Amino acid sequence: PSQVVPGADPSARQLCFAWGPAEVLVCESLFGRRGPGRAEPGADRVCFVAGSRDGGPSSSCIFVVRKDQDIYIHTLRKLFNESHGIFLGLQRREEELVGKSRKAQLVQVSKNYRSVIRACMEDMHQAAISARDPALQSQYSTQVSILSAMELIWNLCEILFVEAAAAGPLLLRLLDWVRLHVCDVDNMVREVLSSENPSKHELFWNVVDVFVLQGRMDEARHLLSKEASANPTSVNMYKILDDLMKKMPMPSLGNTQTLTEMELKWQHWHEECQRYLQDGTFASNSHMESICKILLGDEDAILEKKELMTTWYHFLVTRLLYSHPTVKPMELRFYAQMDLFLGGESSPEPLDTILMAAFEFEMHQVIKECSIALSNWWFVAHLTDLLDHCKLLQSHNLYFGSNMREFLLLEYASGLFSHHSLWQLGVDYFDHCPEYGRVYLELHIERIPLNTEQKALKVLRICEQRQMHEQVRSICKIMAMKALRNNRLGSALSWSIRAKDAAFATLISDRFLKDYCERGRFSDLDLIDNLGPSMLLSDRLTFLGKYREFHRLYGEKRFSEAARLLLMLMTAHIAPCSFWMTLLTDALPLLEQKEVIFSAEQTYELMRCLEDLTAQKSDKQKFQDDDVETMKVEMLRLALARNLARVIVKEGTLEGS
Amino acid sequence: QDNRVSIWSVGELGNGGLNGEYQGEPQLLCDIRHNGDVMDMQFLDQERIVVASSTGTVTVFRHHQSNQTLSANQRWEKAHYHVDQDTSCGGAACTGVICNNPEIVSVGEDGRINLFRADQKDAVRTIDNADSSTLHAVTFLRTTEILTVNSIGQLKIWDFRQQRNEPSQIFSLTGDRVPLHCVDRHPNQQHIVATGGQDGMLSIWDIRQGTIPVSLLNAHEAEMWEVHFHPSNPDHLFTCSEDGSLWHWDTSTDISEKPSFLHQGGRSTTYFSHNTINQSVVSAWLSNDPTKDRMEITNLIPNQTLSVNSLDILGPCLVYGTDAEAIYVNRQLFA
Repeated sequence: PSQVVPGADPSARQLCFAWGPAEVLVCESLFGRRGPGRAEPGADRVCFVAGSRDGGPSSSCIFVVRKDQDIYIHTLRKLFNESHGIFLGLQRREEELVGKSRKAQLVQVSKNYRSVIRACMEDMHQAAISARDPALQSQYSTQVSILSAMELIWNLCEILFVEAAAAGPLLLRLLDWVRLHVCDVDNMVREVLSSENPSKHELFWNVVDVFVLQGRMDEARHLLSKEASANPTSVNMYKILDDLMKKMPMPSLGNTQTLTEMELKWQHWHEECQRYLQDGTFASNSHMESICKILLGDEDAILEKKELMTTWYHFLVTRLLYSHPTVKPMELRFYAQMDLFLGGESSPEPLDTILMAAFEFEMHQVIKECSIALSNWWFVAHLTDLLDHCKLLQSHNLYFGSNMREFLLLEYASGLFSHHSLWQLGVDYFDHCPEYGRVYLELHIERIPLNTEQKALKVLRICEQRQMHEQVRSICKIMAMKALRNNRLGSALSWSIRAKDAAFATLISDRFLKDYCERGRFSDLDLIDNLGPSMLLSDRLTFLGKYREFHRLYGEKRFSEAARLLLMLMTAHIAPCSFWMTLLTDALPLLEQKEVIFSAEQTYELMRCLEDLTAQKSDKQKFQDDDVETMKVEMLRLALARNLARVIVKEGTLEGS
Repeated sequence: QDNRVSIWSVGELGNGGLNGEYQGEPQLLCDIRHNGDVMDMQFLDQERIVVASSTGTVTVFRHHQSNQTLSANQRWEKAHYHVDQDTSCGGAACTGVICNNPEIVSVGEDGRINLFRADQKDAVRTIDNADSSTLHAVTFLRTTEILTVNSIGQLKIWDFRQQRNEPSQIFSLTGDRVPLHCVDRHPNQQHIVATGGQDGMLSIWDIRQGTIPVSLLNAHEAEMWEVHFHPSNPDHLFTCSEDGSLWHWDTSTDISEKPSFLHQGGRSTTYFSHNTINQSVVSAWLSNDPTKDRMEITNLIPNQTLSVNSLDILGPCLVYGTDAEAIYVNRQLFA
């Protein structure tokens, strides 16, 4: 169905658009109306620049056109959530569904779906009543009727396809179906029953007729008895009619009688009714006579009560009840004739076409018609999945690879993903689409906006459970970058640990080291002091941790340990080359201590490091070095030499040896 | 987004039916729009509720019982924010609130701790950059001390009597520094603290001694979102998780209740741990081997699907909420 985008006027300006996962971005371009193509002077593109340049001031708006509006209806959320639970239960129990109980369990699942639809209908109805805004009220009322139609269709599909009721029970189920869904009669019934003198009520006979049309014999008889007691003259007629109605054979649910037995009984009963009618027993009371004709299955008599039945499918079931109670499922299509009822004045509505397709057992037609008629994929996706579990759909491969069930589930779940909260349901649907589910999930999950850490954690957990490592890395990187930009170095580190992202950990460590160099002290000591095993994630991080440890050791005056650590940092190449100068400078106070800390070996090592460092510098760099740099190097050389001198003496001395 | 804070009525507590059955669905009494996601909330007193928002705002709502309405009583905007306040995403989510009337403490993704007093416009105390990572939860240890947990696996004690902005004590997990998401303190024995981590592990800490947990219990398969000791029956602990389960940890042992086939002839109850003889009643939480048939763990959710985000308990009532947009109330927890 086409949609008008308010504010965007294609007659004034050309529109441009871009597709998104579930929506389209539309905006007005600068170009005016399309006229005959001609080359504008100065324009370098001839093909599409046409018409006048100025189509008037353009609205500076970007429109977001969403195709799935239903997911935003508040009262429908219950439908989506509850049906998600039922859907999952069905998929998970698939292995357990074997043997005879399988059908019963599938019928139960179908009933669960229907009860969810009804609960939603109730809520929507309440909302419609309490809504004050008339536009909202009409929207809710429309929704109620749509849900009601959905339940009607689903119920019929359950009877014909899921339960696959056989001849006999089929009629009983169809009677239940009709009784459940033609509810305007209930008001009428209540009105009549609650009046003091029901038999004198003007609608009395209507109610009796309705009961008869719906096969509710006991209730009809009960009402008729009131008439009989009020009208003694017709007692005889009443007794006969009552008797006929009592004796009417009905198909049974259990195995108490076979079809042939029932047919025989029915034949006898039918003949008896015929006799009474022909004898003129009911001639004096037109109402009772018409009831008798209905019992005989007289089409014209039944059609007279068109207003009471209101729909052609009610008519169908009544006809079957009184002419072919043992109808077989496949014979339904011969009796389902809309034109008899509609009389050719009105054309069938979408609902009528769908129900007709169901009676004709054209499952694919039903699904196709529902897809077209409904604005949301919910109904067809869940129904098709259920039918697929009943093993009723041939694997009808669509030309792009997946089967119908999968296609519908993918469409439905994709719609869910554009919702800020219902996307979580969509994940499980994708899981149960074997061919394309994973790919769809991978594409969609990266586009969920992550405005809090908790949401990011949920998304990550979903990815990790499905071994989607690319997505894990990408999401962790996004979160880590955000944290870094907000100066939350601890958070950034925690994200890179989760993704096992060594490169990012290196980035964070460099940031810490930069901070240290600029300020002369470490920030966030609680983090660096407590890195634990995560220190090993990246070399730079290890260096950071160890360097901090060096500072701690120095602060605790454990100089020899500090010295050893410092040396190890350089010789084991844990420290980046850029930092060596700083480390050597840190060694200075240790070299200048009163007691000798570095051994001869260690001093030689330090000297070697210093030489390596200075040798690496090119001549050009040496010229650029300012005085401070050269002085530092000089001081180091001096200190090292002095230390070497002292330590050689110390080690050479026989101390307590 | 249409987020709301709502108040529901679940019927009278003492009004059990014939056999104490389920009394009917919870009824919505009133609700009010809330800006941003509700990250945490707690009752301040009988009428006021403190709510933490993902926009960084802490709001106090008042429930007017006379006409069943909710109104915003007080609001601290930008209680939590990142460095860059000019950008639109300057607000940082407030991840946890805890109340001890009239004081309210909030923590957030910006690593900040705020101490508010109800009815005072400005924060009483703010500790900026208390943590370099996100603070996930907070709870009161004593009236002037709080416990916080963060995303690098640390449990910190903060003392508000001290003027310096440093924690008075830091505890951390051994091994991997898994983020901790929730914390709760034993109602009677204040040295026992329980935390839940991102890997679903439940850790029990004794804050009088050591800096590492006393016991680590492998619990859930995904993030543990909340942990609560039962306020009046602290032998019972409840945890809920992203994996969709809610566990009831029961360390109460009453030999007389157990069926006789569990008694092994002559074996007396090994309730007392082998720590010290002086402590005749040692909490079962601190014993070294809590899994030795002294703890009963039950999953209270039969068909788990989506995450259980939050739970609370009071008396025999348990209430929890899931990502399937459903709230469950169980009013006979110990039946």
